[in-house]
Amino acid sequence: MEKFTTLTSRAIPLDIANVDTDQIIPARFLKATDKKGFGDNVFRDWRYNKEGSENVEFTLNQPKYAGNILVAGDNFGCGSSREHAAWALVGYGFKVIVSSFFADIFKGNALNNGLLPLQVSEDFLQHLISEIKADPKVKLRVDLRNQKIRINSSKRFESFEIDAYKKTCMINGYDDIDYLLSKKEMITAFENATSR
Amino acid sequence: MSNKTLFDKVWDAHVVDTIKKGPQVLYIDKHLIHEVTSPQAFNELEARGIPVFRPNQIVATADHNTPTQNQDQPIKDDLSRKQLEQLSTNCEKNNITLYQLGHKYNGIVHVMAPELGFTQPGMTMVCGDSHTSTHGAFGAIAFGIGTSQVAQVFASQCLLLTKPKSLRVNVNGRLKKGVLPKDVILYIISKLGTNSGTGYFCEYAGDVFQNMSMEGRMTVCNMSIEMGARGGMIAPDQTTFNYVKGRAYAPKGKDFEKKVAYWKTLPTDKGATFDKEYTFDAEDIEPMITYGTNPGMGIKISENIPTIKDSSFIKSLEYMNFEAGESLINTQINYVFIGSCTNSRIEDFRVAAQYVKGKQKADNVTAWLVPGSKQVEAQIIAEGLKTIFERAGFELRQPGCSACLAMNDDKIPQGEYCVSTSNRNFEGRQGQGSRTILASPLVAAATAIAGKIVDVTENIETLEFA
Ligand code: SF4
Repeated sequence: MEKFTTLTSRAIPLDIANVDTDQIIPARFLKATDKKGFGDNVFRDWRYNKEGSENVEFTLNQPKYAGNILVAGDNFGCGSSREHAAWALVGYGFKVIVSSFFADIFKGNALNNGLLPLQVSEDFLQHLISEIKADPKVKLRVDLRNQKIRINSSKRFESFEIDAYKKTCMINGYDDIDYLLSKKEMITAFENATSR
Repeated sequence: MSNKTLFDKVWDAHVVDTIKKGPQVLYIDKHLIHEVTSPQAFNELEARGIPVFRPNQIVATADHNTPTQNQDQPIKDDLSRKQLEQLSTNCEKNNITLYQLGHKYNGIVHVMAPELGFTQPGMTMVCGDSHTSTHGAFGAIAFGIGTSQVAQVFASQCLLLTKPKSLRVNVNGRLKKGVLPKDVILYIISKLGTNSGTGYFCEYAGDVFQNMSMEGRMTVCNMSIEMGARGGMIAPDQTTFNYVKGRAYAPKGKDFEKKVAYWKTLPTDKGATFDKEYTFDAEDIEPMITYGTNPGMGIKISENIPTIKDSSFIKSLEYMNFEAGESLINTQINYVFIGSCTNSRIEDFRVAAQYVKGKQKADNVTAWLVPGSKQVEAQIIAEGLKTIFERAGFELRQPGCSACLAMNDDKIPQGEYCVSTSNRNFEGRQGQGSRTILASPLVAAATAIAGKIVDVTENIETLEFA
């Protein structure tokens, strides 16, 4: 897993609530047996029209927007447990998703792939979206160590919460398997004690 | 031991270790896998040279990506075939039991595992699928996980988790005739919204759930994830024990009795408190239907679509091509799907068959009936339901997830409405551009007969079912 400490980047607004994992990566793209190539199909049915042409209205297709941060509406990532959604967002180049609320499974999947689900207040989110829309060149700075997100131009910032253990994992690029494997003796003792 | 919830009791019994100011190491009793979310986890283990720790606690099935016709023949779609082959190879290499396509125990993971007695009260269960919440119907802690977590369970039979908060939803009273478990859960979600349960594990309590069959309880718990809850649970009782008893993987004889004695200690203690609690009255629930693109956008079938000034709401109605304030009654429907891990158990087909018996499907309707498992399929045939359906013009297909997520060929065409007994009405869920309307098997059957949405409550008293 890639390490994450700070990121300064422009951001892409996706002003839609309840973005579900079927939109992030439709089921018909789940036939692969590896993690590669999902980025090409992220938000597939919003990015392309039915006959295959680009939907120029969709935020990812608007040349004025760019960057590794996606700023999305409330309740992002609801629906299926498919980690393919996280792989698709990472594959496309996102490193941070900002929203006012994340669905549980998506949040865990993102963290397990070095993608930071950054939860901000409803107010700050609205503010972010309007600033980016007003000036698509505006840059955001995400500082994981100090748990802060800042809008560079206006200097407005907000602190965010993250589980301390997950934060350490993100900063060091560790994943849970390493930790669990180090606990194997304890796990076996638990099995014996509970006669599993 | 006093004042603990059902969830607390099961969770606490599975904690191996607690990281200071961090998550806990939770032991997982049973791990279910399928073809779509497991291959990358197997690859990960192989790449890191880690063996599968407890292969005996894993059961595999093929369901998401399988055809529902000609299952005895090779799969035509290359990618699908490869994914299934990969599952077989992985299971073989790692000594994991696989009920592959065509096996008499094959089926949708959340239908076949309970049928085999693999699902039991007091267990922790996971699967790389969000509807794992289904198994909570037995009083198990069961939830969906991502593929990285599938790899973690492969490697250690454990997961690192922070204990969720607790939520209880009580529904008391008597359900009206024609109100099915699906209506109960669609009603709850329409009242609470799609993210009310995020961060929580939900317990369903009250006499409505106590009086429900195991099939009905599974339908309810199945959709817990649609209100954001990682899982839902119902206290195990005699109904649960009777269901589990005698199944292939269930404990037998004295072992079973011992387990039952333990299972009886699991229900929530009097005086236990929940972080959030809601109570509903059974009498207020009516047959439900959804009009939008998330499962919280549901109304009583006799109601009109609400008017809400919100851009996501408006976008959703645009997608569905519905108007705020209108009624869905008489909307022409060309596709009906009865299936998915929400409603593809024998009871669901019994209800549909009772309604359909002696009637004819409307000409404009294509109706797919897709059993949840080979065992359900066999039962449909044995009980004579297949004949009833075929006489009425319905097509009975072979088991699998099918049009619930449209990974196989069972896709609803662009722009068409489908009244579906599945659990998600997201944009394009049942095929690109398709429009899903979620409902119970009764409403779905009635739609197929009428060729349009009808108010089943109008002549409900004349119908012959409970
Ligand atoms: S039937 Fe639908 S919801 Fe259930 S496991 Fe299959 S795809 Fe998922």
